[in-house]
Amino acid sequence: MPEAALVARAAGGDARAYGELVRRHMRRAYFASLGLTGSHDDALDLSQEAFARGLRSIRSLDPARPFYPWLYGILRRLCLNHLRNGRTRRAKLAAAGGWLEEEARARAEAGDPARAAERAEARRRLAAAIDVLSPAQREVFVLREFEDLSYAGIAALLGIPEGTVMSRLYAARRRLAAALEERP
Amino acid sequence: MSPRGRGAAAGGRGLDRARELLMRSLDGELTDADRRELDALLAADPDLRAERDRLARLREVAMGMRLRNPPEETWDGYWNGVYARLERGVGWILVSLGAILAGGWAVWTGVRGLLADPSLPGFVKAGILALGLGLVILLVSVARHRLFVFRTDPYKDIER
Repeated sequence: MPEAALVARAAGGDARAYGELVRRHMRRAYFASLGLTGSHDDALDLSQEAFARGLRSIRSLDPARPFYPWLYGILRRLCLNHLRNGRTRRAKLAAAGGWLEEEARARAEAGDPARAAERAEARRRLAAAIDVLSPAQREVFVLREFEDLSYAGIAALLGIPEGTVMSRLYAARRRLAAALEERP
Repeated sequence: MSPRGRGAAAGGRGLDRARELLMRSLDGELTDADRRELDALLAADPDLRAERDRLARLREVAMGMRLRNPPEETWDGYWNGVYARLERGVGWILVSLGAILAGGWAVWTGVRGLLADPSLPGFVKAGILALGLGLVILLVSVARHRLFVFRTDPYKDIER
């Protein structure tokens, strides 16, 4: 069934139609939240909460508009508010890096143990450095690097100019590149 | 869009043309003309080349990583989790409504009993009435203000 029809039916109170929308977008919402919060539990909690809030206000969504960017607006507000909680941030930093893993291709290429250890160290540093980026920089970096969105795609999703996407991404990359170069 | 136009679009918060081209190069969003322009800039600027190498190294590391997949059963129970939240939301609304109605009735019954007590001095009864009336006015005022702010606040969707 087309998404617009599901949105219209969900707005009319059809829970099954909304369930189908959730099933179609749950992975994307979960991973977007994981990229922002760096925690499986938080990602699951916040993405499910975003869907629950989405259903409560779905009548405000024009069925002709795509569902996911609208939901993402709810999700990112939840995640950014969550990130501003100091206790959450400290707990997250303690488990830095657990939310990222090596691509299968990269694992296969890292044949010798020395190379594998080097890659693991670079990964650990990168993950820790991502955790201390500002939320705005982190969001753009995650959308570009891990969700593979273009500048135009990120700009449309966040409702900001493409130039702002690039400047945030550039600032994030400079900080992360510096973190990779630091001596242990 | 022309390079000049794109540069202006990207320059809102300070990315110069060289950095803009560098970023587009890293992300595969460069035209042939852009590439020639970037090559010329790189050839003339050793700092830009060093920056390109640092950012390329970062990109290489990032491309070898991905977001960790959750256990597969996460997806099986996902909708149930959302549904449970919706149910709990309805439950909280009913509990709150019930508490307001039952509490209001208990307070009203108690106040009515006190007012009907002939042994209570008149000024105490007046005080109780004033207290009850004041609480109702405050409650209605706060509720009306919050409703007004919710409907008209242009910043209600902005993150705290």
